[in-house]
Amino acid sequence: MRILVVEDDKDVAGFVVKGLREAGHVVEHTGNGRDGLFMAASENFDAIVLDRMLPGGVDGLRLLETLRGQNNHTPVMFLSAMAQVDDRVKGLKAGGDDYMTKPFAFAELLARVEALTRRGKGDAPTTKLVAADLEMDLLSRSVKRGGQKIDLQPREFRLLEFLMRHAGQVVTRTMLLEGVWDYHFDPQTNVIDVHVSRLRQKVDKPFPQALIHTVRNAGYMLRAEEV
Amino acid sequence: MSDVAHAEPVIGQAATRRLTAPRLLKSAGFRFGVIYAALFGISAAALAAFLWWSTAGLLERQTVAAIDTDSDAMVTVFLAGGVGGVREAIRDRVTGNIDDDAVYLLVDQHYRPVEGNLNAWPQHLPMDEDWGELKLDRAGVPALMQVHYFDMPGDYHMLIGRDVAVRSQLGRLMTGALLWAAAIALVLGSVGAWAVRGLFRATIADVSATAMAVSAGDLSRRVTVAGADDEFDLLAETINDMLDRITRLMDGVSQVSNAIAHDLRTPITRARARLEDAATHAGTAEVLKAAIERGIADLDGIVGIFQALLRISEIEAGARRSAFAPIDLGPVLSDLVELYDAVAEERGLRLVADIATPLPAFGDRDMIQQAVANLLDNALKFSPDGGEIHLSAHESAGRLVIRVTDQGPGMPEEDMKRATERFFRGETARNTPGSGLGLSLVQAVAQLHGGDIELSDAHPGLDALLTLGLRPASAARPALLAAALRAKPQPASRS
Repeated sequence: MRILVVEDDKDVAGFVVKGLREAGHVVEHTGNGRDGLFMAASENFDAIVLDRMLPGGVDGLRLLETLRGQNNHTPVMFLSAMAQVDDRVKGLKAGGDDYMTKPFAFAELLARVEALTRRGKGDAPTTKLVAADLEMDLLSRSVKRGGQKIDLQPREFRLLEFLMRHAGQVVTRTMLLEGVWDYHFDPQTNVIDVHVSRLRQKVDKPFPQALIHTVRNAGYMLRAEEV
Repeated sequence: MSDVAHAEPVIGQAATRRLTAPRLLKSAGFRFGVIYAALFGISAAALAAFLWWSTAGLLERQTVAAIDTDSDAMVTVFLAGGVGGVREAIRDRVTGNIDDDAVYLLVDQHYRPVEGNLNAWPQHLPMDEDWGELKLDRAGVPALMQVHYFDMPGDYHMLIGRDVAVRSQLGRLMTGALLWAAAIALVLGSVGAWAVRGLFRATIADVSATAMAVSAGDLSRRVTVAGADDEFDLLAETINDMLDRITRLMDGVSQVSNAIAHDLRTPITRARARLEDAATHAGTAEVLKAAIERGIADLDGIVGIFQALLRISEIEAGARRSAFAPIDLGPVLSDLVELYDAVAEERGLRLVADIATPLPAFGDRDMIQQAVANLLDNALKFSPDGGEIHLSAHESAGRLVIRVTDQGPGMPEEDMKRATERFFRGETARNTPGSGLGLSLVQAVAQLHGGDIELSDAHPGLDALLTLGLRPASAARPALLAAALRAKPQPASRS
């Protein structure tokens, strides 16, 4: 995927660019808002990682607003030290697709950026999600694995749906908390782990092959093949 | 450097300011005094004028009216009965005039007396007017007469007068009295003006002295509430409320800086030590990597503390009140219970919920979620195996009451009071993970919602009672004050 990183801090930018390249993405970088706007408007990117406070007279918010004003809908991930709830709201209102605050863990950034690019594709509404022998019917809200029906609670269903929509991608605990529960705070207890473990009991335990995997220092991933 | 040393010159300045003349003219207290004196003077003058008009003035008007009536009567008599009739009428009147306070004189064209109780036509009457005052010597007694003289048909001239000694006496009396009254009014007006100015200054002085002391740094000063429950008391209470809030915010700021100085030092020291130790002593790449990862985890913990601190101050600053909206807390709390129920079950605990539905509230959904989540986090953390956690939520007396009870070790009385302080960790909590910020956040959320958090002993365990106002607290108070001020004049005008 082609990703544009607009970030003026050299160390942070270098770290992000290196990490994204290692993850197999093609990355362009600029440390200047004006250049960032030019590049974002003139080239095709799958996602943009955007700092809010930028030199060059165009800050992140203006850059994004201009871009959206030109009907450019490239997914944008804000990466900012402005961490207040209002800042976040402002960023999302301006057309940002996600908002991360500094300092951040790279695994979280990578997982979220990859989730963004996935969101951009496949506009047609899906009615069925499939991963290996696991099938989810979104209309009848039923789940089958290897032809065997699995009974899930509504919340477990949504948790599995989220994992299946992001199959093959790392999904962090924060992403699950936001995406499945719509919570924007960090519980002290390992609530997500408990819920995932319950889901595993139903989805993975009775079957020889596990689908929900724990990714160390990052979160979870639903994938068909063993690594 | 002491704040008091700064306060001295400021107050000194105000004192000299009070004494200079141009300042005096600008002073609102002086203006009120002058306005009072002017109003008092005008009222006194109006009263005096009315008194004069209704006494001395009335006498004069009566005299003039009597003379006028007499004159008209004489002319009528002349037209009916000629000179003879007039002479007879004059004689009648002179004899009938027991008080001897009237003069009549009829003269011919050569001003020779024809009839009357006056010997001769007075010398000094100006002939171009027909009213005048005449000094007479009547039987050795000097008298002042108001006279009217006019031409009669047939070249006769007539003079009719009345003694006005009483009037002039009364006039002198009145003038004297009014002069005295004016002097007294001047004194009373000045004293009153001074008193009004003093009253005004006294009312303002306390407020201004308090404000000056506060701006000089003494945040403990408060405006005295007189207890009269009037507009000034309302103002004083409002100012005091404002000062309380400022104090709380200031305390928060200094608490946070203290906390950063002391409580963040520990995890930072730990992280630093680990990294330095790894840098100098790590034998293999694996050991080094593990040390770095632990260092990162330590830093993440520190970042977490920072974020919690910032979130609390963000909430305390009230900046997020814009996100307040009517919400149904029923499903919000049920979702939370569902989220934590799994964890409770995992740990062999029972989470029992009793949530009223619907549970309409007014506030910030995310904040209330986080506050209740913190309470549940705590309850889970301190519950013994097999214990029960109760969460109940209902509306009571116009407030939302959310109660979380556990069966853990509870908290000593003195810890309960300090539990909402930032970084405070009770003895029993020392060995559990946590930053000591959870309840601070709960309290900040509660206060923003016009409520509070109360901790009590559940025998055994801890009972956390979170109350939330159904509407934001600060919006209510100015409205209350405005309503009170609007309502004030009514009872006054009725009395």
